[in-house]
Amino acid sequence: MSSEEKSAWVMLVVTVGAYAVYLAVVLGQASGTALAEVHYIPAMLWSIGGAIVAAIVLNTFAGIGSPKGAARKDQRDREIYRFGETVGQSFVVIGAVAALAMAMLELPYFWIANAVYLAFVLSAILSSIAKLAAYRGGLPTW
Amino acid sequence: MVKATRVTNQIRRLRFDHGEMTQAELAERTGVTRQTIIAIEQGKYSPSLEMAFQIAHVFGVALDEVFQYPTTKEA
Repeated sequence: MSSEEKSAWVMLVVTVGAYAVYLAVVLGQASGTALAEVHYIPAMLWSIGGAIVAAIVLNTFAGIGSPKGAARKDQRDREIYRFGETVGQSFVVIGAVAALAMAMLELPYFWIANAVYLAFVLSAILSSIAKLAAYRGGLPTW
Repeated sequence: MVKATRVTNQIRRLRFDHGEMTQAELAERTGVTRQTIIAIEQGKYSPSLEMAFQIAHVFGVALDEVFQYPTTKEA
């Protein structure tokens, strides 16, 4: 498995894990109070920061013991990366449009922030799955 | 569903004809990863024209001896 494929696995696992922890913390705080009243910002920042650190650490560990040349990136890796990012980009756009609509409707900041965060999470998940599918089954021919 | 490439290749045969060259050696000589050579051999990845020429040069043959494309459209 190339380092780029491992990196896609790391991104998928870390994103899902970080968001699951975030949801657990926020929903745990919400018992007995309205969801929009929850102090979500520390949990969100820790979740994003933790995901970045976890991804760096896991990628470093994944690189240890890899055969010589496994870290090399070639044309196919770059094409798969671009393909995955393009696929994932759709959710960023959906999240931005949703946040725009929610801001116009003057919804609480909680929902706007969470819509954007969810869009980033779904974008990263979809992007990782698209990359892994391309590594396993091949890139689609247009 | 991923549409399979219609490009076929003779890389596996050419490797064996050239002293049982390993995928790793071909990858090293063309400047790509072994995974990319495997994907090309299995028809899961169509290389760029430049990479295709580099592979042909390693074997010292013309491009169409390495890669083929059907002339008629399959039903």
